[in-house]
Amino acid sequence: MAAITDSPRTTARRTRSAGPRPYGRAGRRLRDNLTAHAFLIGAVACFALFSWYPMVREFVMAFQRTRRGHTTWVGWQNFIQVSHDPVFWQAWRNTVEFTLLALVFGFALPFVVAIGLNELRHARAYLRILVYLPVMLPPVASVLLFKYFFNPSFGLFNAVLSALHLPTSQWLNSADTAMFSVVIAATWMNMGSAVLIYLAALQSIPGELYEASELDGAGLLRRVWHVTIPQTRLILSLMLLLQIIATMQVFTETFLLTGGDGPKGSTTTVVYLIYNYAFNFNNFGAAAALGVIMLLGLAGFSALYVRLFRESE
Amino acid sequence: MSAFDSTTRTLISPAQLNRPLGRVAYWAVFAVVIVVFTLVFLGPLYWMVTGGLKSTQEVIQNPPTLFPRRPDPGTYLAAWQHLNMGRLLLNSVYYAFGALAFQLVFDVAAAYSLSRLRPVFGTVILGLMLATLMIPAAVLIVPQYLTVVDLPIVHIGLINTPWAIWLPTVANAFNIFLLKRFFDSIPADLLAAAAVDGATPVQTLRLIVLPMSRPILGVVSIFAVVSVWKDFLWPFLVEPDPTRQPVNIGINSLALNVAQNEIIAGLTIASIPTIILFLIFQRNIMAGLTAGGLKS
Repeated sequence: MAAITDSPRTTARRTRSAGPRPYGRAGRRLRDNLTAHAFLIGAVACFALFSWYPMVREFVMAFQRTRRGHTTWVGWQNFIQVSHDPVFWQAWRNTVEFTLLALVFGFALPFVVAIGLNELRHARAYLRILVYLPVMLPPVASVLLFKYFFNPSFGLFNAVLSALHLPTSQWLNSADTAMFSVVIAATWMNMGSAVLIYLAALQSIPGELYEASELDGAGLLRRVWHVTIPQTRLILSLMLLLQIIATMQVFTETFLLTGGDGPKGSTTTVVYLIYNYAFNFNNFGAAAALGVIMLLGLAGFSALYVRLFRESE
Repeated sequence: MSAFDSTTRTLISPAQLNRPLGRVAYWAVFAVVIVVFTLVFLGPLYWMVTGGLKSTQEVIQNPPTLFPRRPDPGTYLAAWQHLNMGRLLLNSVYYAFGALAFQLVFDVAAAYSLSRLRPVFGTVILGLMLATLMIPAAVLIVPQYLTVVDLPIVHIGLINTPWAIWLPTVANAFNIFLLKRFFDSIPADLLAAAAVDGATPVQTLRLIVLPMSRPILGVVSIFAVVSVWKDFLWPFLVEPDPTRQPVNIGINSLALNVAQNEIIAGLTIASIPTIILFLIFQRNIMAGLTAGGLKS
């Protein structure tokens, strides 16, 4: 990301010196600068209003409390309140559980699928379109459809299971299986983009590497282990980090499938808890405090991750 | 079997595939993959489309039927009316293309300025914009919402207006990043020549830079439209008025009072626009996903 800030300093304005101008050198530079800033103003205003200012406000709000229009500074009160909430640890446990399950299905599975698809020589376009199709659906459509499939009395999944003489499940209605069901739906909805990104990475592996390792007598699995994985290491590790950060923020899937909390709070996630504080209890201070905790947690995790990755390099 | 030789070498060698046993194994695996993928990814969609054709009893009967017994397109009509689909779809289109217009104008102008006009503090501004990529979006929802309820300084509320959806989408650092990187790659001589001919920055942008940037503008546009179309939490918060909600939110809020088969028909209707968009632009979408997406 640093590469873009030091791009070649080629400017149109330096070469635009044809003919004498009524302004002096300084005047022209000022005018060019004003033009450049005029181009920027729309985007900068939107960033200021909807990104930078809310960012600062998040941190300020975390130390404030508003009651009947009166805002007071309360120090660490919000943080203490939030961390003593009985649901706090449950929400973190659920979120981490979702993230870990989503990694097994949403990270490992797309990689295996991509390796498989890369070996097929026919119907490649068809398979790609199939895998990516769910990503294009509005999430409400996929989620409500899966809710219908998960229905214990008339849903498709239990019908298939009982047709195969397998035990049926309560799916979203039981605290034990609710989160697992959410992960199934979320994986179906989202895995397409990961598969396509891995496919692109796999196609950039030079064929000679496979040939060489085959000559050395490496079998199929050894070739995957010694060629495919090392060659796609960078993209794999980046995807892993991005996916962890994205899945830690799960909200829409649980909110639509189980109403957010689920049976016995089994699908309450951290972002749902933030939502709950802000929009059901009107406690914006607590919501902000929990947001700050999450922000710092994810930032700390990312820093640690990047560091470990660099060290193992 | 030349089909096995023409492609570049992957995990399994062409020689291995060309052996009789290899060929049998390949076609067996191929058949399994086609069947499983079709079932897994098209199956639910088939169930959705046919679910909308079933009667109210049939759609919740156990065991479910594979084919609707008496296909009735009337359910789609009923869903269209009861779920107010026309209004909702129109809202979604309005929000998506409005957001696209704002992003194209403001983000292209900003990226062009940062790439070519190089104003004072340009790098600082770019840095601040890119820094927002590091912040988990869900964390900012609450202060963003409060900002939209009552804008600072001017004290205008944007709730229940399209501005609440359009303007925040402009603050998209990824767009700025993609566009600026593309503009950086345009040969400087070309722009210098335009300047010598006396072109103003606006003319240079319009006549030289934009026509050259069609691929990246396509990628940015498609993702702008799709992300607004798919967004849930933000429009759910800022468009509480049912007549102003996009299709995503509207269906969900009306779902409780409508029969199951009509909801499923509604879901099908809501999915059609993005599926058509995808089938038309699938090449651009997939190229954008991999090239523009993560290789940076």
